[in-house]
Amino acid sequence: MTTLFTTDHEWLRIEGDVATIGVTDYAQSQLGDVVFVELPKVGRALKKAEAAAVVESVKAASDVYAPISGEVLEVNAALAAEPALVNSDAGGKAWFFKLKIADRSELDGLMDEAAYASHTA
Amino acid sequence: MLLRDQSPLKRTPLHALHVARGGKMVPFAGYDMPVQYQAGVLKEHLHARSAAGLFDVSHMGQIALRAKSGKVADAALALERLVPQDIVAVAPGRQRYAQFTNADGGILDDLMVANFGDHLFLVVNAACKAEDEAHLRAHLSETCVIDALADRALIALQGPRAEAALAKLGADVAAMRFMDTGPRKVLGFDCFVSRSGYTGEDGFEISVPAEHAAALAAALLENADVLPIGLGARDSLRLEAGLCLYGHDIDATTTPVEAALEWSVQKSRRSGGARAGGFPGAEKILSQFEAGASRRRVGLRAQGRAPVREGALLFSDAASSEPVGKVTSGGFAPSLDAPVAMGYLPTSLAASGSQIFAEVRGQRLPLRVAPMPFVPNTYKR
Repeated sequence: MTTLFTTDHEWLRIEGDVATIGVTDYAQSQLGDVVFVELPKVGRALKKAEAAAVVESVKAASDVYAPISGEVLEVNAALAAEPALVNSDAGGKAWFFKLKIADRSELDGLMDEAAYASHTA
Repeated sequence: MLLRDQSPLKRTPLHALHVARGGKMVPFAGYDMPVQYQAGVLKEHLHARSAAGLFDVSHMGQIALRAKSGKVADAALALERLVPQDIVAVAPGRQRYAQFTNADGGILDDLMVANFGDHLFLVVNAACKAEDEAHLRAHLSETCVIDALADRALIALQGPRAEAALAKLGADVAAMRFMDTGPRKVLGFDCFVSRSGYTGEDGFEISVPAEHAAALAAALLENADVLPIGLGARDSLRLEAGLCLYGHDIDATTTPVEAALEWSVQKSRRSGGARAGGFPGAEKILSQFEAGASRRRVGLRAQGRAPVREGALLFSDAASSEPVGKVTSGGFAPSLDAPVAMGYLPTSLAASGSQIFAEVRGQRLPLRVAPMPFVPNTYKR
């Protein structure tokens, strides 16, 4: 299992040909209190860099972009009921959606944890 | 040669305190202001509703208006030429909400007008203060002296524990009622204290000499009941209270009648009143009192959980192609744990309970017109 990061502050956990995607703890600290999360429909084919989800804090709405291309296999229904999970456990329970990886080469441009840490430093 | 204004952001006397308390600083109306502190917008909002919140509103304009005759009634009569409110009737030690109107009946700014016995004291919006001051000078200089009080800070203390927190600093405020105002000693400093605010809560606004503002704020914040509150929660609190934000819910294109602010125009200034009309845009505003306006500012409650924000277009049904209105303020209401918004609708669709749709990210979300305030106010009347 590998965890990768994007410059847009998303994380991807890679298990076989499935990527679980969420936003980073740094992202949630910048967003502030999350009050609403809109997730993509299961079965939707997402293209890399396409707006896939929306996370709204009291202050503002922010798009979450698909970090890689793939079909949405599953979304985290718990976020609809408890959006604040994004603040309390961004890297864990607050995963957004799972993608079936369409093109593994798209993973090449992503950062590992050390690279991401220096990106946000 | 045309030079762009490159002037750096201005700072209020509490700037260092904001930074020391972890305020996330953003530009607002030319000032470097805290949008939130470490607690975050949600906790700050709820704290102001349950205990007390301290807001730095020193960026707002404070103006003394004195009649050259020395009589406050003459200053009141003069100001009535610029606002549709009855200023003459504001008793000493009282204040009133007002609007500067333009020739089309639109709103140039909204403000508070206090009677300080021998002169009037005005509090105006930060973004409008230079224009407001120029407007006053242009129209009232013959009879009045206009004095912009740049050497005073303004601190709002809002919430159910505000009175106790202020009393702890020796301020004699317990007997004050909503919209009472006047000079008070706070921590020994010569302040002007009004029982008013912009949150829907009981609370106070304290005008303090700039050199004492930091000491006063620090003393208030020593009280565990008092947390500093940023502009983020200031906005969500006023939205829940149904209060207009100038430049968003009201502006030069909206009249007081369209903005559902009829309550703020006293009978004496309406048709048939003792001093009817005589303010800019009177013809249009008074005719709207008679015949109604074609559109109206309303409250909106969403049926789902997605916030509907400023700029969202409003539609009369789920499929229609022509928008009927627009959201002017909207977001998440922490006290209700639900989204709320306000916006303008044709009067025919503005009745409480009417269903309307907002377009958000290509989807039509159902809303209902709802009475305001969304959260009942707790003013001490």
